[in-house]
Amino acid sequence: MEHLLEVKNLEVEFSTYAGMVKAVRGVSFEVDPGEVVALVGESGCGKSVTAQSILQLIPSPPGKITNGEIIFNGDNILNKNEREMQKIRGNSIGMIFQDPMTYLNPVLSIATQVTENLRLHKGMTREQAMKRAVELFHLVGIPEPEIRLKQYPHQFSGGMRQRVMIAMALACEPKLIIADEPTTALDVTVQAQILELLKELKDRFQTAVILITHDLGVVAGQADRILVMYAGQIVECGTLDAVLKKPSHPYTWGLLKSVPRLDAAKGQKLTPIWGQPPDLLQDFTSCPFMPRCDYAMGICAREMPPYFNGGKVRCWLNHPQAPKVEFKKEVS
Amino acid sequence: MVPTSAQTPILKVNKMKKYFQQQSAYFGKTGNWLRAVDGVSFSIQAGETLGLVGESGCGKTTVGRTVIGLYQPTAGWVAYKGVNLARAKPSERLVYRRQMQMIFQDPYASLNPRMTVGDIIMEPLLIHHPGMGKNERMERVNELLNMVGLNPEHANRYPHEFSGGQRQRIGIARALAVEPELIVCDEPVSAVDVSIQAQIINMLEELQEELNLTYLIIAHDLAMVKHISDRVAVMYLGKIVELVDSEVLYHNPLHPYSRALLSAVPIADPDVERQRKRILLEGDLPSPVNPPPGCYFHTRCNRVLPICHEQEPELRELEKGHFVACHNV
Repeated sequence: MEHLLEVKNLEVEFSTYAGMVKAVRGVSFEVDPGEVVALVGESGCGKSVTAQSILQLIPSPPGKITNGEIIFNGDNILNKNEREMQKIRGNSIGMIFQDPMTYLNPVLSIATQVTENLRLHKGMTREQAMKRAVELFHLVGIPEPEIRLKQYPHQFSGGMRQRVMIAMALACEPKLIIADEPTTALDVTVQAQILELLKELKDRFQTAVILITHDLGVVAGQADRILVMYAGQIVECGTLDAVLKKPSHPYTWGLLKSVPRLDAAKGQKLTPIWGQPPDLLQDFTSCPFMPRCDYAMGICAREMPPYFNGGKVRCWLNHPQAPKVEFKKEVS
Repeated sequence: MVPTSAQTPILKVNKMKKYFQQQSAYFGKTGNWLRAVDGVSFSIQAGETLGLVGESGCGKTTVGRTVIGLYQPTAGWVAYKGVNLARAKPSERLVYRRQMQMIFQDPYASLNPRMTVGDIIMEPLLIHHPGMGKNERMERVNELLNMVGLNPEHANRYPHEFSGGQRQRIGIARALAVEPELIVCDEPVSAVDVSIQAQIINMLEELQEELNLTYLIIAHDLAMVKHISDRVAVMYLGKIVELVDSEVLYHNPLHPYSRALLSAVPIADPDVERQRKRILLEGDLPSPVNPPPGCYFHTRCNRVLPICHEQEPELRELEKGHFVACHNV
């Protein structure tokens, strides 16, 4: 089967006063139709930049895609110019942002913003687009769509705004939706509503989703595959069960163990990841996670690990000659 | 240490209310009152950790700020070690204020960018121990920096030179400077990166053991609150709806809101997630300016009785130490 989206060796740099920040360092992955791929990592690991590069939303300058290919539906979209990109954005690739308040225009009515996509990409008239917008609002669970469409963003609650965003992203029935921390700004009960909605809509329209989040709990209920990013690289990837149940990279394991779980027994201590994420100004000649890793070996400080296990994990511990480690279950 | 109810609690909050008058769109005030906290009662024993959870806008931060004295309660009272702070003499109040400190949510906004870290940590010492000599103060600052895992050399640097996690440590050092007994932690880790959160949580736990601290932890992250607290109070629209031991809350939540809240928290285990049943709440939080009559939760509740529309439920003790405010349990 042909992949819907293929990102090959993507590199993105930002020029700052301190120097060139290499935010994304050779990221490759693919997304199949109807699949949910989660991009997980801490802030600054390059997950949002990766997603924004797909739609070429990187502010340039200072940002620049220095290398790589992004193949969507068989076309390298990095070669497209701004006009051609506009035909893709919101049409075949939709995007849901973290903070709907900053994304929605406060001086335009919701109707104008929801119908803009439809009129632009589908050539609908105002009336047709309004009819479709009402349908979309029913779909995403906004009551009284006729009244709500005439209102402005400030009259909507956070959860409702996110529903508007989802309606806009779905408007042209895209093949791929990029959801960048879609529920981070929301409360847990609203988060549950929105995640349930996303899942339902994804199944209904067979849309592929790239879900960007730092919350492994959200991932566990949504994703088919996980990509774990650290310092601009993908350090581990695999199916949901493989990565969450049997992580092969100490960083993935560290992420799982450093967050308290609701169903954990009382008195269990958390295992923190020591230190700080690395400075992205430097070039890495060794494993970037090495200074924080409990299992670091001599080679970790000398050489950058290649991908092991068929391109799934970037850690020397997976070398056939490496000592077999069991990640500590619990640290007392 | 298991606190017994016979002891005088270190903190007792009784029917505390805090209303804010709303500003009109242009000038002056309107007659509308926002009921941020609407009659909250709880107590904390020395050495205990009480967690306060709820969604944004439920009034949990206002409770924390009123307890510490940043706001005056509109009604009700706060007693620290049996003394009503509003009635205490100013000199007495200062002594008690020293014993209560706060850790703030945003480590970027809560540290003055124009002061060095040393000055920031020293400031409470200047207020509460004016007789302390300069060398003594510097020694104390170094000791505190060590205690929170920073380097004494960091005292001469400015906040912008530190990462979020390190700044939160500076905030904790400042709170510890005057040897407090009760610390109110308002979202202590929500602004910190995931991998750093555990460092801060573990440190708070270790400091509690070492210095025999009492915590009031305010957070929206139920998993974190359950992890760190002995007891948890769940707030909804300015009221406590359930107050119970944190383990019991997880295994046997009684209030429909607590149940929905717990079921909504995602767990990072695909098997668990596939089997879980979510209780989805309909609609949004009602406005605290104009709360619904009767039980505040009845507009979103899935087990409404006719009485819920009319009468407000009291917080009752159903089992020993398990308080619930619901007609339907």
